Amino acid sequence: MSALFKFHGGVHPPTHKTESTATPITRLPLPARLVVPFRQHAGDAAIPIVKPGDHVLKGQLIGEPQGFVSSAVHAPTSGVIEFIGPHPVAHPSGLPDICAVLIPDGKESWIEKVSVDYRNTPIAGLREHLRMAGIVGLGGAVFPSDIKLRPLRGHSIQNIEVLILNGAECEPYITCDDMLMRERAAEVVRGGEILRFMLGAGKVLIGIEDNKPEAIAAMRAAVQAEGLPFEVAEIPTLYPSGSAKQLIRVLTGREVPSGELPTDIGVQSFNVATAYSVARCFEQGEPMLSRIVTVTGNVTQPRNYEVLLGTPIADLLAHSEPKTDTRGYLMGGPMMGTPLPSTDVPLVKASNCFIAMSDALFPAPPATLPCIRCGRCADACPADLQPMDLYWFARAKDFGKTQSYHLFDCIECGACAYVCPSHIPLVQYYRFAKSEIRAREQDKLSADRARERHEYREFRMEREKREKEEKLRAKERAAQATKPAATGEVPTASDAAAEAQRKIQDALAQAKAQAAEAQPRNTENLTPEQLAEIAEIEARRARIRELAKSDVEAPKE
Amino acid sequence: MLAALLAMSAIAIVLGAVLGYSAIKFRVDGNPLADKIDAVLPQTQCGQCGYPGCRPYADAIANGEADINLCPPGGEEGIQKLAELLGVEPKPFGSDAQPKPKSVAFIDENTCIGCTLCIQACPVDAISGAAKQMHTIIAAECTGCELCLPPCPVDCISMLPLEENVANWKWKYPVYALRPSK
Repeated sequence: MSALFKFHGGVHPPTHKTESTATPITRLPLPARLVVPFRQHAGDAAIPIVKPGDHVLKGQLIGEPQGFVSSAVHAPTSGVIEFIGPHPVAHPSGLPDICAVLIPDGKESWIEKVSVDYRNTPIAGLREHLRMAGIVGLGGAVFPSDIKLRPLRGHSIQNIEVLILNGAECEPYITCDDMLMRERAAEVVRGGEILRFMLGAGKVLIGIEDNKPEAIAAMRAAVQAEGLPFEVAEIPTLYPSGSAKQLIRVLTGREVPSGELPTDIGVQSFNVATAYSVARCFEQGEPMLSRIVTVTGNVTQPRNYEVLLGTPIADLLAHSEPKTDTRGYLMGGPMMGTPLPSTDVPLVKASNCFIAMSDALFPAPPATLPCIRCGRCADACPADLQPMDLYWFARAKDFGKTQSYHLFDCIECGACAYVCPSHIPLVQYYRFAKSEIRAREQDKLSADRARERHEYREFRMEREKREKEEKLRAKERAAQATKPAATGEVPTASDAAAEAQRKIQDALAQAKAQAAEAQPRNTENLTPEQLAEIAEIEARRARIRELAKSDVEAPKE
Repeated sequence: MLAALLAMSAIAIVLGAVLGYSAIKFRVDGNPLADKIDAVLPQTQCGQCGYPGCRPYADAIANGEADINLCPPGGEEGIQKLAELLGVEPKPFGSDAQPKPKSVAFIDENTCIGCTLCIQACPVDAISGAAKQMHTIIAAECTGCELCLPPCPVDCISMLPLEENVANWKWKYPVYALRPSK
């Protein structure tokens, strides 16, 4: 057992974990309707490749990844695509996003599952496989896993010494990773071995908080049974030890420098649920179609469910029977979660927990008072920041200052707001400042691009003007060169008229040639469908012209 | 006396030569202040300031010919930044130059006759199309300058305000009651 280390700060909120661990993971029955968002991961939304009316099989690709940071989206069951378009999603804004509505046929007919022998496949192929299987980090950030296994520009991945499997699950109420490790430890461990193989890491540490003795025992047994040299580390329960950088600190004593990645210090970490889906992906050939989610709080049946992605949250909540005094739901935990905008949204890869709120469990916070600069937030901050200073700067919208105080090292864990005696919603300020800064950076990028395009346009127009002038001059020179040959006699009036006539003819010919050149070129070699389409458009135009004419003429009659 | 004069002249000649050389060697092309101002401007190239583009406006500000409150697309924040950069007091927009929500142009493709007039007007080449072919806006490159609106002979271009979606949504400034509601 290697030595454990401490990170700065941290808090001990009541864990509320035992409520939802009494019953095993329950499989939710197939809902009547699934709503599958195309943006379930960090990065760009996937591009739909199916149409309404298409019949899809369970596990069939319905959204192709687009861009570098993106991931695939699959049909969670077999059925018919009813609709593709905007639908409310589980996002703090409550705004709609592009989704596919799938009506299950109840047969659960699978695509052909192909397992992959990962030891005899090139690593790049394995990464592509993960991308196309929609494997993303299930710890909450839903960052595509293939990118974490890829050498990035300016960052190394060659010398990964330690792979960490994150089973800390430090946030109160959430128990989905706990139950997964208790019940499916063998697959988690095998997934960890695949990730270790892909990274070429030497050592594998599995970090689990000591309030989950059953999970620790199950994981130790699985490691032994698989005969792997992994170490299951029992770490003290302290929020937020499950945050990647804090867990790395606890397990290895190394600190990820500001602005760098864990791979820069030879460590990479994955959530245990991600490792589980990696194992399912390679061993069974199953893409990511479901996840385990905790439903707890003010419900009569708090427990964990295995739920198909896209299941409406209302269906899920109904199974746990929320009590009558429930006044709303949280998605995520009580520290970092956000209120669920509506229960008419689907479950996505990021949904790890839904908590029913009642006034008894989550009393309204006391009135917010002015900051007294007591410094308790700085004592609690696990990222070693000065939350009160960040608060003052964010409040004053002094974004440059927030950045120089390392706002982007803030993990939004909420420890500062938890200890604040003035009950200031600190994290809301940090989130506000971060999104404002990101928007400004985006604006700056597009302004730079607009400048570049504008300058190039100016340059191009200048060049075209110059070229035209040069052509004209060359023509004049040529005309002058031919003229002297003709001039031997005195030009007569008829000659001058003929010359003028010739010039007019030349100009006409040139204009005709130019007109011919300007003929659209993309009207040749068309397919019959395109021709039909053109005919249809022409017919429409003729009709419009006809209508316009009759409109104009009508009053005259 | 003469030695002193000679020494002083020699020093003056040497220093003058150094200054003259460095004036040629380390010559700064363009106006660095105008560059800084240009970096603050939103690059819509819309001409609402009365100058033909952002760069000419930046030059005019740098030369003290133009005021800093003539750029509606830059918003109040743009004025703030310019005021900070130039060390002057920020001033509000005039009544005729009010910022509008950011939008992009949209061509009604059923009405477009393919005259290319808007293509010639677009300062950032964000319209694709050819003579007698339908034109369309490259929305990602459109700065919302509205310069394509007046030349269109069939008025088929409209400005659509950019809608908030999940990708560009921003966390709002926290608002909370100072006294808890009863």
